[in-house]
Amino acid sequence: MTMPSINAIALVLLIPAAAAALLALLPGYRLSARLNVLASFSTLIAALSLFVEKPATDPYFLVDDLNIVFIVLNTFVGFTTSVFSASYIAHELETGRLTPTYLRFYHAMYQVMMFGMNLALTANNIGLMWVAIELATLTTVLMVGIYRTHEALEAAWKYFILGSVGIAFALFGTILVYMAAQPVVGEGLYGMVWTVLIDHVAAFDPALLNVAFIFLLLGYGTKVGLAPLHAWLPDAHAEGPTPISAVLSGLLLNVALYAVLRFKMLLAANTQAITPGPLMALMGLTSLVFAGFMLYRRRDIKRLFAYSSIEHMGIITFAFGMGGPLANFAGLLHMTMHSLTKSAIFFAVGHIAQVKGTQKISDIRGLTETHPVLGWGLVLGVVAIAGMPPLGIFMSEFLVVSSTFAREPLLALVLVLGLLVAFGALMLRLHGFAFGAPTGSTAPVEASYLPMFGHLGLVCVAGVYLPPAMVAWFQHIARLLG
Amino acid sequence: MEGLVFDIAHLLAGSLVLVSFMMLYQDRLYSLLNVFAFHAVVLSLSVAWQAYIQDAPHLYVTAVIALIFKAIIIPLSLHRIIARLGIHREIETVVGVGPTMLAGMGLVALSLVVMLRATAEADPLAREDLAFALSVLLLGLLMMVTRRNAVSQVVGFMSLENGLILAAAGAKGMPLVVEISVAFSVLIAFIVIGIFLFRIRERFDTVDVQTLDRFRGEKR
Repeated sequence: MTMPSINAIALVLLIPAAAAALLALLPGYRLSARLNVLASFSTLIAALSLFVEKPATDPYFLVDDLNIVFIVLNTFVGFTTSVFSASYIAHELETGRLTPTYLRFYHAMYQVMMFGMNLALTANNIGLMWVAIELATLTTVLMVGIYRTHEALEAAWKYFILGSVGIAFALFGTILVYMAAQPVVGEGLYGMVWTVLIDHVAAFDPALLNVAFIFLLLGYGTKVGLAPLHAWLPDAHAEGPTPISAVLSGLLLNVALYAVLRFKMLLAANTQAITPGPLMALMGLTSLVFAGFMLYRRRDIKRLFAYSSIEHMGIITFAFGMGGPLANFAGLLHMTMHSLTKSAIFFAVGHIAQVKGTQKISDIRGLTETHPVLGWGLVLGVVAIAGMPPLGIFMSEFLVVSSTFAREPLLALVLVLGLLVAFGALMLRLHGFAFGAPTGSTAPVEASYLPMFGHLGLVCVAGVYLPPAMVAWFQHIARLLG
Repeated sequence: MEGLVFDIAHLLAGSLVLVSFMMLYQDRLYSLLNVFAFHAVVLSLSVAWQAYIQDAPHLYVTAVIALIFKAIIIPLSLHRIIARLGIHREIETVVGVGPTMLAGMGLVALSLVVMLRATAEADPLAREDLAFALSVLLLGLLMMVTRRNAVSQVVGFMSLENGLILAAAGAKGMPLVVEISVAFSVLIAFIVIGIFLFRIRERFDTVDVQTLDRFRGEKR
């Protein structure tokens, strides 16, 4: 802390960047895996220090009450996933699915991805935010294709094409926001600084802002995985390495949603522009119902949970679209719970797919008998994600539903329908792979259970007790979001 | 003088839309690449003109990047890839030329209606520029949808991106334009040429994306 410029934001960004460079040079996967964990842990510590001392806002970086939550969640799941990845990736090397060179590339890319996501979350400049999200997308495209099978290449190609179109739309939206800002704020840098924009947005041309928001919602919405722009998501989740599926579901979707939220706040502050809420609520609800029905036809276990991610991002987007203190609070809570639960599920699924040698649901049976710890861990995870009481997701879903019933009973009916449909599908599948006569390999797994049970433990605790400080914090953000 | 400045900017941006239309009906890969190179030259001129009239020297960098990277390096290397893969004879269209052109005209009309209405109060030069840029963007998207060959999808993506650069250059004093154009160039260079085409070729001996479709995730 000798120089004023080395603050917590710089650390959150510099640690992953430096680690990426180092990991790209170092041979030997054991060392790299450990270094990956260490780097992710230091980033988490740096992120936590943001609570203690908030760095000053400048034209490029911003830390306010809203994005601290995202940053801490991002670095926390990034850290636990790196622990899981260390035990997962050795097996991939043994089975020959990855070569040491690719593994080196994998670890470097992991840190580049963390860098991209942290940069997007701390950016105060909407242009910088766009560049960061593009960077994170690019690295995940490379990671999805890393196994170089037919399916992995197809998934990566589809992700690349759809992701690029989303990125292009988002950039066009960003340019339009600048065009709207330019007559009021003046030319140059300040036309893209979010904190400046929000102060002056009331005077912007509403028509231009409306068009801009449509493009931004479509562009970043593609990255959130909202129907009908979700086509890349199931493939990318199913074909890439499982740690990447966990990070995609748990983090990258949130980062894209965060970008949408920032622009929603801009629009909400301009009284003449369209209210962004209904659009988001509509897209969210569509995704929820669509994904709910799609869950029934899944035969691949990672694909199943990918569709479940679409469902939950739909719920979260819907909650933020409804707006108001209660729905926003529920949305934030649901986002946190979903990130924790979904990544825990992917941790379990990763080890299961490795030991069974398949991702097909029909080939995985009786997990609770052959691998009790993993099996019951997965059962707990699926029960949590399906929204059974008394776990954390039940509470956030309950809040979403009850706040919607109070305001729009008809929408609440659709919401409940979607939730029930998804619940049924998950229970049906869960029964298949968790119970019954065991099939496939019964070999013991060398797994690190700590990340999985750590996440699930947090979700269980959150279901019955939320720390008052956290509640107060979330309530504060919910009011900010409007 | 005002009128002439406006007319030249208008002419260049309009030509970009026209060249986008020309790309839509190229069914040979080599001629598609040639038209794309022309597209990049027109973009570069257009950005250079914006740099001159806005007195913004950094935009010249963007113009030079467009000229060297997109009008020379990329088409040349794609030429080599096509030759090496032996797919230069391939004729590929998913939708016929007629419907594609009609759809293209519809998209241009749409973007003019949307942008001109939304930007009624903005500076007229920037306004028309944005409308043209959105047209180029949508035409690029249309091309990506109507082609099934990986090379021409990439060309479609690059023309889409040219539209974005046009929009960014037209927005007066917009920061980060150069950085964005560099970011896009890196994106294209890295992903497209370096990795995807090589991998796809290695695995399938073709860059036809329909081959990939056969391996749809769940129909195993």
